[in-house]
Amino acid sequence: MVIEQNVATSGKSLEAEAEATSAPKISASGVSVFYGDKRAIDEVSIDIHTEHVTSFIGPSGCGKSTFLRTLNRMNDTIPSARVEGTIELDGEDIYHSGMDVVQLRARVGMVFQKPNPFPKSIYENIAYGPRIHGLAQGKNELDQIVERSLLRAGLWEEVKDRLEDSGTALSGGQQQRLCIARAIAVDPEVILMDEPCSALDPIATAKIEELIDELRGRYAIVIVTHSMQQAARVSQRTAFFHLGNLVEYGHTSDIFTNPREQRTQDYITGRYG
Amino acid sequence: MSSAIPLLLAIGLGLAGWLVARSRAWKFKREAADGRLASLPNYHAWYAGLWIGVPVLLWGIIWNAISGNLILQHVLSNPAAQGIPAFGMRRDSILNEARNVASGLADRALAPEAQALVEPFREATMLYNGIGIAVALVLALIGAAWAFMRLKPQFGARTRVEKGVLTVLFVASLVAILTTFGIFLTLIFETYRFFEMVSPIDFLFGTHWAPDPMASGAPDGSRYGAIPLFWGTIFIGAIIAMIVAIPVGLMSAIYLTQYAPARLRSWIKPALEILAGVPTVVYGYFAALTIAPAIRDIAMSVGISNASSESALAAGLVMGVMIIPFVSSMADDSIAAVPQAMRDGSLAMGATTNETIRRVLIPAALPGIVAGIMLAVSRAIGETMIVVMAAGYAANLSGNPLEAMTTVTVQIVAMLTGEASLDHPATLSAFALGFVLFIITLILNVIALRVVKRFREAYE
Repeated sequence: MVIEQNVATSGKSLEAEAEATSAPKISASGVSVFYGDKRAIDEVSIDIHTEHVTSFIGPSGCGKSTFLRTLNRMNDTIPSARVEGTIELDGEDIYHSGMDVVQLRARVGMVFQKPNPFPKSIYENIAYGPRIHGLAQGKNELDQIVERSLLRAGLWEEVKDRLEDSGTALSGGQQQRLCIARAIAVDPEVILMDEPCSALDPIATAKIEELIDELRGRYAIVIVTHSMQQAARVSQRTAFFHLGNLVEYGHTSDIFTNPREQRTQDYITGRYG
Repeated sequence: MSSAIPLLLAIGLGLAGWLVARSRAWKFKREAADGRLASLPNYHAWYAGLWIGVPVLLWGIIWNAISGNLILQHVLSNPAAQGIPAFGMRRDSILNEARNVASGLADRALAPEAQALVEPFREATMLYNGIGIAVALVLALIGAAWAFMRLKPQFGARTRVEKGVLTVLFVASLVAILTTFGIFLTLIFETYRFFEMVSPIDFLFGTHWAPDPMASGAPDGSRYGAIPLFWGTIFIGAIIAMIVAIPVGLMSAIYLTQYAPARLRSWIKPALEILAGVPTVVYGYFAALTIAPAIRDIAMSVGISNASSESALAAGLVMGVMIIPFVSSMADDSIAAVPQAMRDGSLAMGATTNETIRRVLIPAALPGIVAGIMLAVSRAIGETMIVVMAAGYAANLSGNPLEAMTTVTVQIVAMLTGEASLDHPATLSAFALGFVLFIITLILNVIALRVVKRFREAYE
């Protein structure tokens, strides 16, 4: 069936193809987030597709990180936070009472703004997830997972001789790639990245961006970023948030060259933000 | 000289200097072209105040220490003092009586010799008080001259006061170190005297502890074997008490930092800390009147017929409860200090809260947790009251927690408050026990520090 559709739509662009052939990986509709009485996100609806990089842009405090954290229920760790609306992962409501949050977070991995490797060895950092989820039978398999994850995160060559060193002894950029490798190790379907480069220098940033591009083929990636250039470089879809609202969502090229909304236009031309 | 006088002098003169220097500085400020000084007037004031007050205070301390002897020498050179005995208790009581009457603590002396010495005492006290105050005033004057000669609009009083404060802080930190050093020296000296009488080998490796405070002549080394005491100390304080305190303390810290709602935490935590403030005597009652009989009854009911009403178990259990707050509050602080990013990182991997605590938070908080446990162990090892009341004085070398046992600290008290004279080996053994206990806790601390360094997972 997929093949048939591919044939049928062969004239269109690759992106349009993917869109036409697959249901959205994550589908949010009417999502509002409250901190106490304060509404941080107002009725956001958005579809996120696999094999795409989707970037969330917007000025500080616009709610993009908050929205990101609803996608793997990390907001649950904040007692005052409350979510309304539905978010579906492969058609299954993640805020449904029967949802296993632990399983959800294994499927929807996350990379944070500041690299946060555990104060353990590089090996143990990667092995952490597979161990708690019981993904490996025996030491050999675990070694393989560690190697594969570090390879995919482009860190293997740099650390293969010192896997027993502390993860916190690496440079900032290496730490962030370690965190990405750690997230990959549990074989997630979606990777959420919350301003993953904001604490890094330009060279480390370039490496992470390269990595994001390579990972795109395998996962749905959502990245929150402050840098519009970064959004333009790495993402295929861009969502612009402002004051808790999703102002505009579309193909990255459209958002940056031909925005429909005045507010988007103002933001990307640097009028505010 | 009464000890309040130098203090009052120092404060009074210092304050005077402070005020004068301040008004002087204000005058500079008014006269200065741009109305600015290198330092604020208050710093000029403090500079002068310290230069006047500190020398007077130091002099006061020195003079307080030596003037008593000087007065005594002066009195003894008086002809009226020729008749009193050269040494012994009678001499001391005569001198004391005369001193008390002279300083107004007593109305009149009973002994005629003492009555004769009252006047010389009065004179000498007046004389030396006068000397003391005169020297204090001279010192204040010198200090004032030194300080006021330097007060100028451009004078950097601010940095000088900074240095003064630094010195005060340094001296404050020295006090604790010097005290520890002093304690250590006393211990070494007395311990050496003990080991001159009793062989260290008998003491350290002997298994029979029964010093006889009434014995005279060469002490019997075989009665000074301290092993049962050290075993009792470790068994009660470091084994039984820790079996209670470590798991309960850690679990309560984990519950409070990770699970408890803020409102519950806000009253459980202070309640736990109240536990640390209960006097140990009260714990002692509890152990002796409630826990020990209960343990005996339980032991009896399961068929252990020789269970005594004093037991190591009762003392250890109650001691364990007593030190829970030490373990839990240190563990609580250090777990709470692990950055939220670590917790988020683990949760975002799909770990449960429990997995996060066991695999990430506790390893990262290990130094604080171990420090809390060490504090608790040293507290438990030093604890005396509970053991006296619940475990008794009998020095038993036994692994049975239902038997009566005693600890090093209990025996130190028993020996020091016993009937033997201060230079009897039974009394001196208290110092040797204290010395060895000191060394043991020191070694324990060093080992713990090493262990922490080796296994800790440092974040940042």
